[in-house]
Amino acid sequence: MVDVPYDARADAPPAEVPEVELYHPRSWWTQYVFSQDAKVIAIQYSLTASAIGLVALVLSWLMRLQLGFPGTFSFIDASQYLQFITMHGMIMVIYLLTALFLGGFGNYLIPLMVGARDMVFPYVNMLSYWIYLLAVLVLASTFFVPGGPTGAGWTLYPPQAVLSGTPGQDWGIVLMLVSLILFIIGFTMGGLNYVVTVLQARTRGMTLMRMPLTVWGIFTATVMALLAFPALFVASVMMLFDRLLGTSFFMPALVEMGQQMKYGGGSPILFQHLFWFFGHPEVYIVALPAFGIVSDLISTHARKNIFGYRMMVWAIVGIGALSFVVWAHHMYVSGMHPKFGFFFATTTLIIAIPTAIKVYNWVLTLWRGDIHLTVPMLFALGFIITFVNGGLTGLFLGNVVVDVPLSDTMFVVAHFHMVMGVAPIMVVLGAIYHWYPKVTGRMLDDWMGKFHFWVTFLGAYLIFFPMHYIGLLGVPRRYHDIGDTSFIPASTHTLNAFITVMALIVGFAQMVFLFNLVWSLFKGRPSGGNPWRATTLEWQTPETPPGHGNWGKELPVVYRWAYDYSVPGAAEDFIPQNQPRATPALQGAAP
Amino acid sequence: MAETVLTNPGESPAQTAGLRGIADDWSSDQRAFKNVSWGKAMMWIFLLSDTFIFSCFLLSYMTARMSTTVPWPNPSEVFALEIAGHHIPLILIAIMTFVLISSSGTMAMAVNFGYRRDRVKTAVLMLVTAALGATFVGMQAFEWTKLIMEGVRPWENPWGAAQFGSSFFMITGFHGTHVTFGVIFLIAIARKVWRGDFDVERRGFFTSRKGHYEIVEIMGLYWHFVDLVWVFIFAFFYLW
Repeated sequence: MVDVPYDARADAPPAEVPEVELYHPRSWWTQYVFSQDAKVIAIQYSLTASAIGLVALVLSWLMRLQLGFPGTFSFIDASQYLQFITMHGMIMVIYLLTALFLGGFGNYLIPLMVGARDMVFPYVNMLSYWIYLLAVLVLASTFFVPGGPTGAGWTLYPPQAVLSGTPGQDWGIVLMLVSLILFIIGFTMGGLNYVVTVLQARTRGMTLMRMPLTVWGIFTATVMALLAFPALFVASVMMLFDRLLGTSFFMPALVEMGQQMKYGGGSPILFQHLFWFFGHPEVYIVALPAFGIVSDLISTHARKNIFGYRMMVWAIVGIGALSFVVWAHHMYVSGMHPKFGFFFATTTLIIAIPTAIKVYNWVLTLWRGDIHLTVPMLFALGFIITFVNGGLTGLFLGNVVVDVPLSDTMFVVAHFHMVMGVAPIMVVLGAIYHWYPKVTGRMLDDWMGKFHFWVTFLGAYLIFFPMHYIGLLGVPRRYHDIGDTSFIPASTHTLNAFITVMALIVGFAQMVFLFNLVWSLFKGRPSGGNPWRATTLEWQTPETPPGHGNWGKELPVVYRWAYDYSVPGAAEDFIPQNQPRATPALQGAAP
Repeated sequence: MAETVLTNPGESPAQTAGLRGIADDWSSDQRAFKNVSWGKAMMWIFLLSDTFIFSCFLLSYMTARMSTTVPWPNPSEVFALEIAGHHIPLILIAIMTFVLISSSGTMAMAVNFGYRRDRVKTAVLMLVTAALGATFVGMQAFEWTKLIMEGVRPWENPWGAAQFGSSFFMITGFHGTHVTFGVIFLIAIARKVWRGDFDVERRGFFTSRKGHYEIVEIMGLYWHFVDLVWVFIFAFFYLW
């Protein structure tokens, strides 16, 4: 046999999509401010989300100060406490986590990881950010309007959200709803871009089943968001009409301060259905990108291919689909036909199956891997443990009979903070440590990173483990002062004070992280293009940080899946996705 | 990028059978939907999202209507008109529906002539579509005015459940807004067609992307969707 040199590039499938005409910025303004480059938009999203997230962090301190030392802080009254919990919840769930995972990581990573030059419609992508910024500004403005922000709780349940007994009834609730509507419009513009980029703008060789799981997670979450946010949009519009026009979509006949109100015939339960049809998928809109990112972090830092890639993809898709049929498990105490309770409890518990598959696969990826305990890896491990802990209490709350006594106690607060607060934040932080070198060209400081991890991880447990116990004792959530109640032992107050001190410590550890972000930007160790020796495309860009158009003259061609780590016989312990195979491979064979 | 390129029609090796084959087809190289441009894919996905919005509106309205303890006003009577001494139920709605469905017809013709690169006919048909759409919105304004004169408000009406007025104004208003935006975009795109922008592939002012006649078809998708939504509103609100 003659040894003919084999040109893999010629063997790759032909380009189906001609090269994009990129928008080229003409001035400083169009390059850095009104930029159409997904990478700049991603940074804008991330900074805005982090800024408003810091406000939510400070609000959580104020809440904890009140709970830990009731009566000590005269500047926090009952109304303000309610306003703090509302704004803290809303900001953290929607304006921080959703915006950061999809607007921030989505914008930065999708085009780079699938080998595109940019999002498919950069102009619409830019509008998405500016409308998001407007939504954040409207939300923040509620702190300065007469009456302050709404105190309805992040679920905004009517009728109380609209009634005068709730703080922020004049302006707060109106601006909150307007801000949500703006957010959804802005998000839809971005979300359409992410979905179409993943579906239609991948580079040659990048089949869906070769995509890194990060992209799978963000993609599925975006599809879910495009289908779930409409329910919140409709609920917001209808409640806005109830508040401003006096319609009665959600308002039953009511007597307020001895006066019969004009409302009548509306259904508060209808709002709950609409809200949770959005609200439950929202949990997974936040969790799925975290699942995807953590898979890549574990595989990269354990130098081992992800275990059960196809199963991981189907688990992501399955969780996404199932999460649309479980919403009423948030409404067990609202009252429903027992058969519906049975149905929703069953679907809720079924979600545990794909979720458990993912957890097993992460653990099996680690099994006998070459584990590097880098800061991103520490956060990824912290995520797995936290997510399992939070998920187990989810089994308690998913069952009707167990949920009814636990509903509206601190147990619920502890559960969702573990599972969709601490766990996704762990991934956000790990992902920042992982991709910061690509964004800036410099490594984050390792020592500060490890300090940040251990304080955050252990602190989060010291905050939320006691909170489960307090909840089991029957301490209700949303009470600014539980006072002396016969069924609550006095030691609860000591525990509350302890939690508060821990919350302050964990909060200050985040300041170390912020300092690290700024310090490393100037003083960090230069990272080079691929500091983690990772396989995915974003680490193979010709420049770091990637330039306009991402790839220089020619788009990369993908020859393999994203997890070729420690391949036996290979020269190095990783093979980038754009490295050709040595011999002609059968097309359509398993990745 | 807006124009589509035929997929390599050559035989692909190692085709898998069964469910695995379906998954492989969907996840195939570069594009999930072959020969579908980015703009068209984006419009379809937007319409899917918009479907959920209208579904939530309609389901909320049905919930209100089914759970109310007060009688629901009879739409046949409420939307009847006295024309030349005859009392005709739902006549205005019937005309509005006819106008909107006709506009879908002219839109489909515009798409056809667009692909034949018949500049003038495309532009004229799009303007006719826009005119029919504007007529629809005009008649809706007339209907709103008539009901408001008769005392229907979002919070009350003379005949029964208050949710009748609230749902009516909200749902038809939201749909009318869709039609209005459609009319504005129809006129804008008709102007581009008329000027020959798509023949010379002139770049967009904001996006600096080349223009193509496919935009007419994408506009058509939106327009047909708005039309289809009206059919559901007609069935669930007026005929129920």
